[in-house]
Amino acid sequence: MKTKAAVVVIGGGVIGTAIAYELTLRGVRDIVLVEKNTLFSGATARCGAGVRQQWGTEMNLRLSIGSVKRYETLAEELDYPHGIEFSQTGYFMPVYTEKQRQQFEKNVSLQRKFGLDVQYLQPEECRSIVPIVSLDGLLGATYYDKDGYLSPFHTTAAYAEAAKRNGVCIEKNTEVLGFTMEKETIRSVKTNRGDISCDCVVNAAGGWSQEIAQMAHVTLPLFSERHQILVTEPIEPLFRPMVMSFTHGFYTQQEPNGAILMGVGDPHEPKGYNMDHSYHFLHTVASLVTSVLPAVGKARVVRQWSGLYNISPDKAPILGLPKEVNNMFLAVGFSGHGFMVAPMVSEMIAQMITNEELSIPEARTQLDLGRYDRGERIVEPSVV
Amino acid sequence: MNLKDDNTIVCRCADVTLGEIKEAIRKGYTTLDEIKRLTRAGMGQCQGKTCRNLLLQIIANELHISPTDVELSRLRPPSVTIPLELLAKEDANEN
Repeated sequence: MKTKAAVVVIGGGVIGTAIAYELTLRGVRDIVLVEKNTLFSGATARCGAGVRQQWGTEMNLRLSIGSVKRYETLAEELDYPHGIEFSQTGYFMPVYTEKQRQQFEKNVSLQRKFGLDVQYLQPEECRSIVPIVSLDGLLGATYYDKDGYLSPFHTTAAYAEAAKRNGVCIEKNTEVLGFTMEKETIRSVKTNRGDISCDCVVNAAGGWSQEIAQMAHVTLPLFSERHQILVTEPIEPLFRPMVMSFTHGFYTQQEPNGAILMGVGDPHEPKGYNMDHSYHFLHTVASLVTSVLPAVGKARVVRQWSGLYNISPDKAPILGLPKEVNNMFLAVGFSGHGFMVAPMVSEMIAQMITNEELSIPEARTQLDLGRYDRGERIVEPSVV
Repeated sequence: MNLKDDNTIVCRCADVTLGEIKEAIRKGYTTLDEIKRLTRAGMGQCQGKTCRNLLLQIIANELHISPTDVELSRLRPPSVTIPLELLAKEDANEN
């Protein structure tokens, strides 16, 4: 393993590998990416794989729109022959309360300002998009056909392999144990496989990012929380878009092979690093999803798994430097939707490191860690 | 099973061939988890009950190590498939 690098990226998920690649595009050489497990083994590998642009704040809209645009041609850009399985089958978001209707209408008018042709569907129109949706209590839905999903595994592999071709050293099974600091500067990264002296560090450690930051005496306002997903065996095609209900707290999608994937947040889930499975989750998600989509009830569950959301106070990412350390760039706190904004986030972290103007200049002052001290949160009304 | 012919199907649920698995290993994806995620071998209806041991053997052959030295992946519930409508009816507290 190298003992000296310009940049050490911590984390082999989609964010870390994409940042390493973006840095090579800007002429940075001598990059080492360290991952304590294997590539795509943390939250990236465990996520629901959806990418949506139907957000309720300008920042989240700009992050997701720019990312989807990049995803549309990313496999070609990264020269990844398998492809990243990007499929734009839409997101369908049902409405059940008057309050929700008003919020969604507000969201749609903002989304339309950003050029997204999001439809607001009346109850009778919903079945033209999701034929199996129950009309019980349904007041309408929003639908955008350019939202979709892609393979987190192949996307990360594509970024990692392109980064490697451009000279990045990727070190698996390499766990960060601490830093050697000199005042406010990290001088080297200590790992279980030796030390790497470096000019700067990127913290893209997902569910463990607050622990990495703490090693440099930076306390991040983040916590991790288990979220669970199940998948069924393949059955005949029943619905195409991701169905995401804020009322029930679930999202579900039928993959091209016919398998149906579904997840639900648990309001009683304790903070922490637990990645076990629970029967409670199976029962909860099955009850909720079959109440909205009764026809999926006959599908048989083959597997359940869990992963960690890394949750920030306003459920928006934290990007950039903390005030206590002048060379640890944070790409953390994605709160369950890091995969869908990875292209824009990684581009901007690389731009910060190379002192370029950011693709979204406001991100420097709106997504920095300091916003919490200033009381300036990005309040996103549309998160499950 | 013929572990010489690259066209041999190793994972029958997801139709993954020996050649595809060897290719992933050559690219540096050497654990069961990485191979599963990239090729989908072991992700189908049987959840690897058929191919898991074969995958261990193939990884060991390619890396010239013993199958007992290959890192295992976590076995995930349920151990048999269950219809969603049955899970929806069952109350967790009654179990």
